[in-house]
Amino acid sequence: MNPLLRRLRAELFATRADAALSLVLISLISLAAIGCLRWVLTQAQWAVVKVNSTLFAVGRYPVEQQWRLWLLTALLVAASGATWGLIRAHPRPDRTGVLWPRNDRLAVGLLSLIALALPWALDLNLAIAGRWWGLTVLLVFCRWLAGRYGARLSPAGQRLAALVWPVLYLVGMVLISGGLGLVTVSPSEWGGLMLTLLASSFAILLCFPIGVLLALGRRSDLPLLRWGSVLYIEFIRGAPLITLLFLGQNILGFLLPGGLAPERVWRAAWVLTFFAAAYLAEAVRSGLAAVPRGQLEAARSLGLSYPKALQHVVLPQALRVALPAIVGQFISLLQDTTLLSLIGLLELLGTARTVMANPAFLGRNGEVYLTLAVLFWGCCAALGLGSRALERRLDPHAVPSAT
Amino acid sequence: MSQPSSELMIEARAVEKWYPNGFQALRGASLTVRRGEVVVIMGPSGSGKSTFIRTFNALEDFQKGSITVDGIVLSNDLRNIDAVRREVGMVFQQFNLFPHLSVLDNLTLAPVLVRKRPKAEVEQQAWALLERVGIAEQAGKYPGQLSGGQQQRVAIARALCMEPRILLFDEPTSSLDPEMVREVLEVMQNLAAEDITMVVVTHEVKFARHVAHRVVLMADGEVVEEAEPELFFTNPSHQRTRRFLDQIL
Ligand SMILES: Nc1ncnc2c1ncn2[C@@H]1O[C@H](COP(=O)(O)OP(=O)(O)OP(=O)(O)O)[C@@H](O)[C@H]1O
Ligand SMILES: [Mg+2]
Repeated sequence: MNPLLRRLRAELFATRADAALSLVLISLISLAAIGCLRWVLTQAQWAVVKVNSTLFAVGRYPVEQQWRLWLLTALLVAASGATWGLIRAHPRPDRTGVLWPRNDRLAVGLLSLIALALPWALDLNLAIAGRWWGLTVLLVFCRWLAGRYGARLSPAGQRLAALVWPVLYLVGMVLISGGLGLVTVSPSEWGGLMLTLLASSFAILLCFPIGVLLALGRRSDLPLLRWGSVLYIEFIRGAPLITLLFLGQNILGFLLPGGLAPERVWRAAWVLTFFAAAYLAEAVRSGLAAVPRGQLEAARSLGLSYPKALQHVVLPQALRVALPAIVGQFISLLQDTTLLSLIGLLELLGTARTVMANPAFLGRNGEVYLTLAVLFWGCCAALGLGSRALERRLDPHAVPSAT
Repeated sequence: MSQPSSELMIEARAVEKWYPNGFQALRGASLTVRRGEVVVIMGPSGSGKSTFIRTFNALEDFQKGSITVDGIVLSNDLRNIDAVRREVGMVFQQFNLFPHLSVLDNLTLAPVLVRKRPKAEVEQQAWALLERVGIAEQAGKYPGQLSGGQQQRVAIARALCMEPRILLFDEPTSSLDPEMVREVLEVMQNLAAEDITMVVVTHEVKFARHVAHRVVLMADGEVVEEAEPELFFTNPSHQRTRRFLDQIL
């Protein structure tokens, strides 16, 4: 018998009860899948998504300035490909690395398929479809290039390469908002997926250091620091995000030094940041608690200062332990950005609501919400994939030496 | 066995320590250790041995008395604490290797960060030290992949890589399987033959007899007896020591 069949039989139809249960489940799943597919393919009218695809992507960003967003996307894609390749070119010292493992080949195939199918499904015109194909080729090319030649990069070069990301973030900010010779595009014109990603990445990047500091503060010997951190964390965790968002719109202008949060968008992004930091602090604290005391003592007895001991010995281990919880926080943060629509910002959900309010698309809510769900799912899946890769990379046969 | 000089490396006088919960762990403990000397501290569980030697590198603070280490007066001044820790290495009962770093990186971390020495040079020295403790072939592995005895030898090499003048051992063999105790004791015995000053908390009588210059008994937060090994084990002057020896011999 064919090995696949044999395995199926062993796993699904081993006993009579197993077989019965499997058959029931298979028919239920098939029914649901067929129903969904029928709706998606025959009943749903996808014009609402096709016509508004730009709106969903970038909101009301001025058309003549959209090349800046394409440029940014290209830069991000190139950096992602290069990072991906570099990771494969530098396996952990105790492992042998394969340059193109099966999962990577699978991913490239899947991405190419999406790049081919998406323009067709969305009826994109050839110019835009061409850009998607170009981006896909760029990704694979950078992945190949970095994988092929990345091993020659010295450790110092690797550290320099990692700097590309923060630099790119700043470049992205300039490209999106303008300045330095570019026409300014006010935040009130940002929207769609771009605003969702911008707000969540801003909050993710800034809540991380704040959260780590809060977690350290909560474990500090200094009573003032400790109680301050506890108070902050418990206050934020006790209030619903939506109230904080409304509160932020009203008072953040007074709290932050002049000019830091002039726009509603920025105020909201700061509230998200401060909100997520409190939850992140708790995740990091659980990681810190998992690192045996002896680690800090050993580091201190070797002469490392407290900050150095934290940086090189305690935090790497604590963050490794806390990583799944941290990524969980990031994922809920990404989803929490939908609340921005309630304070009048046109991120994905806000954009969707304006689209659905348009009489021309009356009754097309199902199509719009499904699209939203798929987009969010895609972003979260990417976060999850990245975190799992990081987790595997950070995990040697790391069993703490103290048992 | 090398002979200790008359230069004082550790001078602890009437040290008293209270833990934050109010428990007094040290009640006037005193000890002097000369350069190159190997001193073994014994005593019943809870007598304050760990607490005492941990005050020598300021892992524990103390409230009364005075401690001078290699000429540096221990106080709450942070700069002094850093200076002392650079001169004093410590080996723990639980090894406390850094599990996220390879064996080699465990050794090189502190010399590079604290002494600011070039990495390549430190790595050379680290290889030599791993050779000396007999585990050079494990340099690329992670601590979790080593046996207890190997981990403890790495921990000793890690302490040595900072080139300390004093090494403190807190029950270095107590959490090892019997067959691994010997390999660690051998490494320590070889060290003792050198110029380095060692203070060792241990229950290994054979090690105390053959390697130590002096054996010290602690009980209830005090140093009760101090004698040369032969005298200590055969004819101690205090009742408390006799009772302790009856229990372990
Ligand atoms: N952090 C602490 N807080 C309060 N009491 C402590 C603390 N650490 C140790 N003690 C107490 O101080 C006393 C001395 O402890 P110490 O660890 O120095 O003993 P020890 O001689 O090393 O014992 P052992 O042989 O079990 O290691 C013990 O009674 C112990 O319970
Ligand atoms: Mg002890």
